[in-house]
Amino acid sequence: MTAVELAGITKRFPGVVANHDIHLTVRKGTVHALVGENGAGKSTLMKILYGMQKPDEGTIAVDGEQVSFSSPADAIARGIGMVHQHFMLADNLTVLENVVLGSEKLYGIGARARRKIKELSERYGLGVRPDLLVEELGVAARQRVEILKVLYRGARTLILDEPTAVLVPQEVDALFDNLRELKAEGLSVIFISHKLGEVLSVADEITVIRRGTTVGTAVPAGTTPRQLAELMVGSELPTPETAESTVTDRPVLTVDTLRLAAPSGKALLDDISFTIHAGEVLGIAGVEGNGQTELVDALIGLRHADSGSIRFLDQDITALPTRKRREQGVGYIPEDRHRHGLLLEAPLWENRILGHVTEKPNSKGVWLDLKNAQQDTRRIVETYDVRTPGIDVTAASLSGGNQQKLIVGREMSHNPRFLIAAHPTRGVDVGAQAAIWDHIREARREGLAVLLISADLDELIGLSDTLRVIYDGKLVADADPATITPEALGSAMTGAASGHLEDDENPAPPENRDGATGSAKSAAPPASPASPESPEDEAR
Amino acid sequence: MKKFDKERVLLAVAGPVIALAVAFVLSAIVLIASGKNPVEPFALMIEQAGFSDIQVLIVNQASLYYIAALAVAIGFRMNLFNIGVDGQYQLGAFMAAVVGAHANLPAFLQVPLLLLTAVLTGAFWSGIAGVLKVTRGVSEVVATIMLNAIATSLIVYMWKPDVFGVKVGNNSTTGEMHESGWIPGFDMGAAGEIYGLVVLAALLGIGYWIVLNRTRFGFDLRASGASESAAAASGVDPKRMVLTAMLISGALAGLAGLPILMGDAHTYNLNFPTGVGFLGIGIALLGRNSPVGIAFAALLWAWLDKASPELDYHGFDKEIAVIMQGLIVLSVVVSYEAVREWGLRRQQRRVGAELAAGHVLGATDNSKKEVAGR
Repeated sequence: MTAVELAGITKRFPGVVANHDIHLTVRKGTVHALVGENGAGKSTLMKILYGMQKPDEGTIAVDGEQVSFSSPADAIARGIGMVHQHFMLADNLTVLENVVLGSEKLYGIGARARRKIKELSERYGLGVRPDLLVEELGVAARQRVEILKVLYRGARTLILDEPTAVLVPQEVDALFDNLRELKAEGLSVIFISHKLGEVLSVADEITVIRRGTTVGTAVPAGTTPRQLAELMVGSELPTPETAESTVTDRPVLTVDTLRLAAPSGKALLDDISFTIHAGEVLGIAGVEGNGQTELVDALIGLRHADSGSIRFLDQDITALPTRKRREQGVGYIPEDRHRHGLLLEAPLWENRILGHVTEKPNSKGVWLDLKNAQQDTRRIVETYDVRTPGIDVTAASLSGGNQQKLIVGREMSHNPRFLIAAHPTRGVDVGAQAAIWDHIREARREGLAVLLISADLDELIGLSDTLRVIYDGKLVADADPATITPEALGSAMTGAASGHLEDDENPAPPENRDGATGSAKSAAPPASPASPESPEDEAR
Repeated sequence: MKKFDKERVLLAVAGPVIALAVAFVLSAIVLIASGKNPVEPFALMIEQAGFSDIQVLIVNQASLYYIAALAVAIGFRMNLFNIGVDGQYQLGAFMAAVVGAHANLPAFLQVPLLLLTAVLTGAFWSGIAGVLKVTRGVSEVVATIMLNAIATSLIVYMWKPDVFGVKVGNNSTTGEMHESGWIPGFDMGAAGEIYGLVVLAALLGIGYWIVLNRTRFGFDLRASGASESAAAASGVDPKRMVLTAMLISGALAGLAGLPILMGDAHTYNLNFPTGVGFLGIGIALLGRNSPVGIAFAALLWAWLDKASPELDYHGFDKEIAVIMQGLIVLSVVVSYEAVREWGLRRQQRRVGAELAAGHVLGATDNSKKEVAGR
């Protein structure tokens, strides 16, 4: 029995074909994963299925019956619901109020609605309490409210857009349990993701989209992450070469008992101390909002510490302004490239100047050196494989991955001694991700000290030489990336563990060392088919 | 990538052209609604522009507008809205007139002294708003509006005979300036004289362009305007940049009245033009903060000003010109935003299409590369 069938879907935007001849069949009572690189056309396809856009060609069938949606309301009426990546909840309302909002006619707004919510929550094991305020809920609980909202409206097919992006591993497991409940009740789930390990562990069927069209389907049992990644990228993945440790004993950055408080007096960062040596990548793991942003701001000079000190090479830079720090060799790949890394409406060559306006080749004295800056922009574009028709186009015209490659190229072009890399591959496609990792590894070999902050635990474990866990503004635990598992790291990230983390029960294989093999989730060796119990697999 | 350059020019011109067309149409509708011929007033005003004496008036008036608009524009370029240009302009001209009436140095010292007085006065007045914003977080919009009101009262006070004022009949003045501070104009024969300081306006325009586009400081300023957060991360000190931009804006504003003061009026009296700073806002908007665009906009505004009195002789109201100025400002705001978004999306699509077609920079040897993303 098919729940949803998309056949021959084509969607053109002027000049670009976003979807081309897409076929997708979702069977009832299954979790169907839709995987593909960023920009491959997954979101366009889901917008079509959810009635937000109309296809130019092709048909949509729900329960075997051909339909045409002109708005999400039509889709909802047909039992299709969507859980967006960014939650759409009102913080200052209760769960009950959020759920009934907009669907007051279904079960009213009082006792009947509350009963229905409780019933749904129990049936699918969602554990949603209707009378809590949403602002009191954590990320995972909010997500369950979103799911319940969709079920409340009678959805039989749920679209989940990158649902695990915001969750720690334990929460991911819990979510997957919920999904299994749903499908046991005969509901269907369309699960959009690019995390291959997760897809393999939860999906019954997988459809791969590349460059706007479906390139294949797979069943997890017969597929390895590597095969899946190759389907996604469309070419053989490069095998990462073995890299040995390049850590030296020369300290580059020493942070000593750094403290940063909010105006209210609450400590955002407290007692932060660490040293990064030349050739070392220090990874900071943590659930977002535990002080990572503040730590980066303090290191780049956007905020100044209330106490404690920062030493860079032989100099105390605690009081230095941002520009001085950057001139002296602090590179910065910001967490939010649109807010902190780019001038979106300025041409690429002006973006190449940004952050390094006082340095060669961008300026001579007080004057800009446009000719050399533009020439160097061309060099960066070519060396770092930024896909653009020219350097005069605005940064906003590039895809996220290409924007990020431009930023990485820019920062690496000024011979940094210390690089702050905050979520360097967030929102970046697999190809660009591998390239960015390579650049970081190469610079590390040449003696760069790197502070890596990432929500992607595979990336952290793969690239880092040393791992620290940040929780509530403090560095609460440390771990050796050679032996740690994402699960152990995950529990420390929730504040459940501290000190030196060891995972004695599941010693990881030695070849996991240093990102040599384990770094790239997309580049994982075709070792074992996925099983969620295997920490080794999860590490990839 | 010449294509994208051409496109940028097209986009730059499209905004104002659309805005002007819309404003003309709307003005015509106003005329029709009031039962008048919708075309004739424009024909009359265009005819006026052909007379050389009107042309001189237009150029002279435009020089004031131009400097005032540059002062507004430099604020706009970093997302500061200096509504106080009018107050800074009045005080700057007033103080220059006072100094010009009391100091009497040789011309080569007197002229720089007067310019400097105007610059410092304007910068001081806008600097108050700048300091308030940087230290106390007061919105510069509110602060400069208040400072305008204070400037007006201050001038009334300083006009008192026991302060700096000299009564000439019913007119309050600052007294006649010494001749060493007069700047001779360009003689246009019967048509009149073009102010000598029109040259200063042009130089300021050139300087504005060079500073913004060719210096590190200009880059930092534009970056701050484009994205405050990105500029801060790039190493711009946001507070210092706010203060500097306010000071420069005020300094320029202080100069705005000098072409007429030193070229014609030689005193600051009740007839001295007011509101120039406010008009400068509309002119800077229409001119898209670019020195060339502002020049055209200033001439257009001056034309509307100087050609409209003729309408009164033909049974029309000269206020048509004011309505038109208002409509231009309104349509400018709407059309620029629309054109900007359209242009951005259009370029994104075109870049996507170019990439899909394999036109990747430096791709002679790797033309088969797959296009990632998008």
